[in-house]
Amino acid sequence: MSNTNTMSIKEQNKSAASSLMKKNIRKFLRNKLAVFGLVVIVAITIACVAAAIMGIDYSTPNMTMMKKPPSSEFLFGTDTIGRDLLARVLFGGCYSIFIGVFCAVMSSVVGAVLGAIAGYFGGKVDMLLIRLSEIFQAFPQLVLVMMLVAILGERSMGNMLFVFIVTGWMTTFRMVRNEFMSLKGETYVKVCEAFGMSKINIMFKQILPNVLTPIIVSTTTNVAYFILQEASLSFIGLGVADSTPTWGNILNAAKSLQVVQNQWWIWVFPGAAISLFVLAINFLGDGLRDVLDAKQQ
Amino acid sequence: MSKKFDSKEIILNVENLNTTFVSDQKKIRIVKNVSFQLKRGTALAVVGESGCGKSVTMNSIMRFLGRNAIIEADSIQYNALHDGEVKEYHIEKIDKPHGPEMRSLRGPEMSMVFQDPMSSLNPVYRVGDQVAEGLLQHNKGMTKAEAKERVLDMFRKLGIPDPEQRINNFPHEFSGGMKQRVVIAIAMICNPELIICDEPTTALDVTIQAQIMELLKDMQVKEGKSIVLITHNMGLVAEMADEVCVMYMGRVVEFGSLEDVFDRTSHPYTQALLRSVPVLGLADGQKLETIPGATPNPADLKGGCEFADRCPYATDKCREKDIPMYELSPGHRVRCIRYSEYPLAEDGQKDAEVK
Amino acid sequence: MSDKKEVIFKIENLQTWFPIKKGAFKKVVGHVKAVDDVSLEIYKGETLGIVGESGCGKSTFGKTVMMLEKATGGQVLFNYDGEFRDITKFNKEEMFEFRKKVQMVFQDPYSALNPQKKIYTSFEEPLIVHGMSDQTEREARMQEVLKMVNIQPDYLMRYPHEFSGGQRQRLCIARALEVMPEVLICDEPVSALDVSIQAQVLNLMKDIQKDLNLTYLFIAHDLSVVQYMSDRIVVMYLGKIVEVADSHALYDEPLHPYTKALLSAIPVPDIHNEKKRQVLEGEVPSPINKPTGCAFHNRCPHCMEICKTQDPGLFVQNNENGHMVACHLYKKADNN
Repeated sequence: MSNTNTMSIKEQNKSAASSLMKKNIRKFLRNKLAVFGLVVIVAITIACVAAAIMGIDYSTPNMTMMKKPPSSEFLFGTDTIGRDLLARVLFGGCYSIFIGVFCAVMSSVVGAVLGAIAGYFGGKVDMLLIRLSEIFQAFPQLVLVMMLVAILGERSMGNMLFVFIVTGWMTTFRMVRNEFMSLKGETYVKVCEAFGMSKINIMFKQILPNVLTPIIVSTTTNVAYFILQEASLSFIGLGVADSTPTWGNILNAAKSLQVVQNQWWIWVFPGAAISLFVLAINFLGDGLRDVLDAKQQ
Repeated sequence: MSKKFDSKEIILNVENLNTTFVSDQKKIRIVKNVSFQLKRGTALAVVGESGCGKSVTMNSIMRFLGRNAIIEADSIQYNALHDGEVKEYHIEKIDKPHGPEMRSLRGPEMSMVFQDPMSSLNPVYRVGDQVAEGLLQHNKGMTKAEAKERVLDMFRKLGIPDPEQRINNFPHEFSGGMKQRVVIAIAMICNPELIICDEPTTALDVTIQAQIMELLKDMQVKEGKSIVLITHNMGLVAEMADEVCVMYMGRVVEFGSLEDVFDRTSHPYTQALLRSVPVLGLADGQKLETIPGATPNPADLKGGCEFADRCPYATDKCREKDIPMYELSPGHRVRCIRYSEYPLAEDGQKDAEVK
Repeated sequence: MSDKKEVIFKIENLQTWFPIKKGAFKKVVGHVKAVDDVSLEIYKGETLGIVGESGCGKSTFGKTVMMLEKATGGQVLFNYDGEFRDITKFNKEEMFEFRKKVQMVFQDPYSALNPQKKIYTSFEEPLIVHGMSDQTEREARMQEVLKMVNIQPDYLMRYPHEFSGGQRQRLCIARALEVMPEVLICDEPVSALDVSIQAQVLNLMKDIQKDLNLTYLFIAHDLSVVQYMSDRIVVMYLGKIVEVADSHALYDEPLHPYTKALLSAIPVPDIHNEKKRQVLEGEVPSPINKPTGCAFHNRCPHCMEICKTQDPGLFVQNNENGHMVACHLYKKADNN
């Protein structure tokens, strides 16, 4: 009966294939906190990007409008040299979110590839990579940043991205390595070996999809981590150059006790933006973990 | 409650036990109207495949199940016999599964041996201490030295070599068979009347299985313990049991003495279980009978006989409503409406002819 | 009788040792001798059963025969149309071609299918790897093997978790058959399945063997299952073969004391069976420190002085049916 079919099995059953996706989406939508997280993330990101596209003025000092509290004209008030804080927070969001997402994705890629190699091959390769990751883990991020600033003589975004990726891949690496160690004993890996599939194929096409869930979850939480890192480095003045407004740099303006005490809006609004965004990402990460875990299905 | 029985003779009486699991706002009945009696000093085998509810039944009786399990029963009565005096415990009426009442039963009265000896022991404590723990818990005022002496006695009884050294070892220093002996020692140390063994040898090799089974049989015959053996291996049933309870999808489908179930097999499922397992010495070309299909998902059952879709004798009537238990002879019960129509198992017929 | 048959695998003095490393410098302090000096011939079209307790090396043997585990000594000769070639010395390309000749069915059907992939993908990949680039051709082959195991082709678009254990094992068998192997190594194919499902899978495997003239290497711990499936049976103990016999000869007149104990330990589902059970004392020693002489001597009820010092080695005890045994009890009789 099946010989008469001219259509391939794959095409005939496309509808059945998408059902798992639908099921996952439904499962995700049931998780209120995760949906809230997603909505907040999307809203903040859209607002930031829209502000950047419209080219709101965030950088021209206005000496007549210094340290004005929130009003209908300046929703978030103005900073110490009279710049619109709302514009700065939105613009800063673009940079902060970019730094967070870019570093998280890149460090996950580096961690996953190295982890896959270490976990699958084991032995000497594994030991070498483990030692390498330990060295990086032992190296204080702060010192590394200072070194780079000293060598290059400037504070730039590139520096920061580089440092974050170099110091941020170890957790993903360890996780992926451990997953690979246990998954390479699974029977389906043996089956692929028995069919003579290449090691690269087995590593990245067979095993890696099974590790993707924890990688995705840890990448989302890493976004939050890197945003916080950026904020704290910029706050102490070692982050991105002052001319670039990131959430951390905006906070930097509130370093003096006087500002903290008298101009609360200067630190409350960027602080709230960071907290809200980070919280939303963590909710989303938790929700994704629940949805993507294949073992629960 | 309706039936009268001699509580000296019957150690465990279960009537209409139902266990329902709640998951994802769905209720799934795993154990349905299970009733049986266990006679004191005998061995009852509960047979069935994975998912048939045999372990859940026993865990319900021991009240080991988590919060998402709802246990309902007309009666789960345990009769303790000490110095000729019977003390009745109504387990279904005990509120707290981990309260003092239940705890005082587990250990000194009834105890359980689990399937996997590898994970039944805590890897960070010495085995001697793990065995002594239950003893010290249930006998306030017992000194550690006394407890150690009891543990040593138990190890000797269970055939663990060099008990003086072995009690100070950690679980990983034991082989699988020896670990299972330690687990049995933990179950036995408070001298319980009833021992429930949940697939005690499934994880072990056959020669080790033979050793463990010998041990359990000894305990039943020499010390008069009552044993419930949960298993899927009909061979073990034939060797160990006095009475057999066959379960399928949460129901008891056949219950009877060893002879009833093996020689006068009455439920099609029991017949299939007996004939579909390869035995040694089959003739060349002789094929195994197969049970068509797979065990259904307990969430999808529609009512009627659970086995109907796989049963060669099934009729429309089987699917209409739940099937009651029919009593074929005293003590031999079967849940099948066609029990009188189809031929008895071949073994049974041959046997009848010989007689 | 047996010499008329064509040999497909000739295994000579096969050794698979795993080094045990200790200390900071990973010094090799000993070896786990999982397979220790095993010689064996497998005939075309037969089912050779391998039975033994856990740790006897039967699984490692199966894996070494198809080079999923590296052999540390000896050779495995495979019959390429009359020419025997040693697969332990194969290079990458030769090995890749050999993978089409010998396939394996594993114990655990639950982890043998990649949970993240549709059955379709899991079935397609081996065919693509082995150079079948045309989709229609691939699907024709996939449907062909699915028909053999009685599974509907539209099930291909499902995920593994939607199948029961028995169905999964049938899928695994079908996938192994895709590359049209000559030999199928079955490592405990039914021990993870429910009893009511085991018979289905076993009968199916027998039917497939008849249809395709396959050679089976059937590895299991359950002697009754092995006996049901096999023409000849190999009994292994601590990495060595202790007895080789036709399946019925092994049941009717087992020679080695270990085989006898194994047979008597199996519970029989027959209440009128009045057999004496011989319970074997002790446990299987560790394969790291094997007893000297005959490895079984410390559990053997017939242990003699010579057993403690000399390894009896495997020899033919009965020339008529090729019954082989490794035991001093029969060696003495032979010399007389």
